[in-house]
Amino acid sequence: MRAFRKPAAILALLACLAFLLVAPQLFKPYGVFILSIWAVMTVAAIGLNLTLGYAGQVSLAQAAFVGVGAYITAWMTTHGWPFWTTYVLAFFVCFAVGWVLGYPALRVQHHYLAFVTLAFNTLLYLVFRNEEWLTNGIYGISNIPRPSVLGWSMNHPHNLYYFLLVHLVLISAATWLLIQSPWGRAFVAVRENPIRALSLGVDTRRYTLMAFAIGAGIGGLSGSLYAVLVQFIDPTPFALGATPTGSLSLLLMVVVGGSGYFFGPFLGAVVAVLLPEWLRFAQGYYLMAYAIFVIGLMVYCPTGLLGLLDRMFSGKKKPSTEIESPAKTAAEVAR
Amino acid sequence: MADFIQLLVSGLATGGIYALTAVGFTLLWQTSQTINFAQGEFVMLPAFFVLIAMGYFGMPFWFAVVVAMIVTVITLGIVFKKLIIDPMISHGVLPIVIATIGLAILMKEAVREFYGADAWAFPPLAAATNITVFGAALAVQSLVVLGISVAAVIILQLFLSGTRTGRAMQATAQNANVARLLGIPVERMILYTFMINAALVMIASLLITPIYLAKFTNGELLGLYAFIAAIIGGFNQMRGAIVGGLILGVVDNFTAAYISTQYRLVVPLFFLIVIILFRPQGLLGRVEERTV
Repeated sequence: MRAFRKPAAILALLACLAFLLVAPQLFKPYGVFILSIWAVMTVAAIGLNLTLGYAGQVSLAQAAFVGVGAYITAWMTTHGWPFWTTYVLAFFVCFAVGWVLGYPALRVQHHYLAFVTLAFNTLLYLVFRNEEWLTNGIYGISNIPRPSVLGWSMNHPHNLYYFLLVHLVLISAATWLLIQSPWGRAFVAVRENPIRALSLGVDTRRYTLMAFAIGAGIGGLSGSLYAVLVQFIDPTPFALGATPTGSLSLLLMVVVGGSGYFFGPFLGAVVAVLLPEWLRFAQGYYLMAYAIFVIGLMVYCPTGLLGLLDRMFSGKKKPSTEIESPAKTAAEVAR
Repeated sequence: MADFIQLLVSGLATGGIYALTAVGFTLLWQTSQTINFAQGEFVMLPAFFVLIAMGYFGMPFWFAVVVAMIVTVITLGIVFKKLIIDPMISHGVLPIVIATIGLAILMKEAVREFYGADAWAFPPLAAATNITVFGAALAVQSLVVLGISVAAVIILQLFLSGTRTGRAMQATAQNANVARLLGIPVERMILYTFMINAALVMIASLLITPIYLAKFTNGELLGLYAFIAAIIGGFNQMRGAIVGGLILGVVDNFTAAYISTQYRLVVPLFFLIVIILFRPQGLLGRVEERTV
């Protein structure tokens, strides 16, 4: 965060925003579509960053929540419900399921928690695939209608892009406020030292559950937007890995960008969603290069790309508590 | 009854393979706190080493196996430890998890890109015949698989408890600091566990690939089963991983036969969640001490 207080960083941020605003004029429709996908995946990663980066709870189930949100919107809008109802419902259903999934986190941590959430994701994937009466199985749900806002139809790709961008901005603003509030501090306290937090009167139990629930809810919103964007939902994107929307991929997104950094998910999604499209000529080699890059990053700087920037801008390595990664702390707790 | 015995034996056979994979997994965890998310891909890859040795260098099968074993122990044992785990061991558990997820992607993509996305036939270790016991037709292959995995585990157990090096490795697993004080070369012991893990996944690969064919995606499910087996039995004990693997193989087979093939994964996953929540140390495991 420290690096972003600098004017240069603020300028860079404004430049990015300006770029995003004029992007539809610069790209072909496919480019705009890819940027839209980026916006949607960034929302999902923001949710996971809240759970993993701020509250320090490893979750390998984010794709499942994206899936739940997507299926809620897909099923309901194709049955005549308005988009906004399904959008709100997606948030609250995922919030509730996320809350329940938070309970294991009260008992087990780190790799055990990773396995529980991994199992949960696989279970939900099986439900998506096998419960044909509800999800239409592997054939998926197609022809998902797009909403119109104040008479503007979202069927035009540019309108849809701005629609998604506005959602991204609003959701990240809300997350920013949440992180700055006492709640956000409590999340970090739970991450840094749960026992100390508890002894200082932080209700760690409630905040752990909340971290899961809110992260999952944001995942649900992302899924709802995803359904509107691609207009066709099948179980494959919501499996554990393999696809850019899978849980492992989302986890890598957050960690590569910089978990626990506000802008980590944005950057992570650029690396995981945008770059592969721009480097299409490289095909399978891109994934290999990406994998090697991830391994190298973990060796050299486990705090991710923003952690690396932070380290470069602040000159020397400063292991202050404010910028310490949850990963590092996890190591200390595990000892 | 005949069906039951058939299912039981073939379940035990696949369970033996899960057990081998899970044992290596827990060994790495015990000595170096490495959670290897690429363990499934570790089982997938050696089969391709064998295929490359046979196809490109024209080696006979058994010679190719020996060569592949050496290559596996070097790459998935020594290089894996020196290049990936060693530099980040001080960063803690999560970066290793992430890095091994990256490694899994790398191995899968490399096989797909350089060898091909098809499923390749792999020479079986035994002829595809059956023998009849109590009216149940048992595949010789299943029996061979079960026999080899049991033998591998017994040899490993004898090595760990019967030799000086083995006991030094156990000491390292139990308390690396004390082991170091006692003059045990802890680093080298950790290296040995990585090499043993590589040998185990190589054996598992030889056993499972004739059944599933050699394909770059083979590791995905295997890795998951290895985690589940390790957790069911107990993460900090080798015995636990063996029992967990066998239970898992049998349960999985019975679920597929008697309940539902679509939901066959549900039962192991459900097991996993229940065990983690109510007995995180596993069925046979000890409670790990916690430090504040």
